[in-house]
Amino acid sequence: MTLALDAALFWLFALLACGSALAVVISQNVVRMAFWLVLSLGAVAALFFLLHADFLGATQLLIYVGGTVVLLVFGVMLTATGPYVQIRTSPAEGIVGAGLGGLLLLVLCYSAVGIDWGPVTDRLPGDVPAVTQSSADPRAQSGATGRALGLAFLGIRTEGLAVRADAVGVRTDAWQGSHPPGYLLPFEIVSVHLLVVLIGAAYLARAKRRVESDG
Amino acid sequence: MDSVGINPYLFVGAFLFVCGVVCMATKRNGIGVLMGVELVLNGANLNFVAFARYTPLGLDGQIIALFVIVLAAAEAAIALAIALNYYNNHLTIDVDRGQELQG
Repeated sequence: MTLALDAALFWLFALLACGSALAVVISQNVVRMAFWLVLSLGAVAALFFLLHADFLGATQLLIYVGGTVVLLVFGVMLTATGPYVQIRTSPAEGIVGAGLGGLLLLVLCYSAVGIDWGPVTDRLPGDVPAVTQSSADPRAQSGATGRALGLAFLGIRTEGLAVRADAVGVRTDAWQGSHPPGYLLPFEIVSVHLLVVLIGAAYLARAKRRVESDG
Repeated sequence: MDSVGINPYLFVGAFLFVCGVVCMATKRNGIGVLMGVELVLNGANLNFVAFARYTPLGLDGQIIALFVIVLAAAEAAIALAIALNYYNNHLTIDVDRGQELQG
């Protein structure tokens, strides 16, 4: 991919994500908010693809756009009854929120600009993550993160973590000669967490029987 | 190495974060507040992936972003169940009407 096309795609999707996020804030209709949220999340997924995170972009599309937003739309459907779809915020609150939000945005952007990322990004070792290699073969790039991510979740690291740790200046003696740490335990914890959440959500949202007071 | 550096991605992430925070703070609809939470998590995720691409953080950033996506889905499920309960008890989803939840 040429650099100009890369930059053009980035600005297109960045503007789409930002504009849709702004529309989520401004819009007063919940259903339209859900629509703008879909656009914003889809644009962020496209930005993930531009960052060479193919598996993550697909996951974002599947889980966020396909799952979470559908869940939100079901929530809108089950809770909005006719005229109550629009619950308006007062204009004064909107103005105060916009002012404070703009100030927060200024602080965040100012601090992001103020940091010199050069020493961090320049010391990137060339041979380590297959993600960052500018390979000529597009298939080598597209399959790279999926396999590496899956192995990392199984506790096996395919990239040279020690080399990277040297680049950041972390001591690597801890895992010298052994396997670098993977993500098997967090993966298991998240799995159990999802099971608990499933049971909890089903318990909370179940249809309740009305208790007859017989006393 | 790339025409777009790390800073534009950080700006987009910051904008999404601020939009989500303003959305959480100003919306009176409970579902709107949830959408604000989703925007905040997405802004954070974009930062993680940008750092994974441009810094020695490497693949760890993408793994953390995956965990964030999973936790966001779990949070949305639980929060929607709570919102449905709230709606069943109050017949509205307006979060300003939740005064009687105070102890």
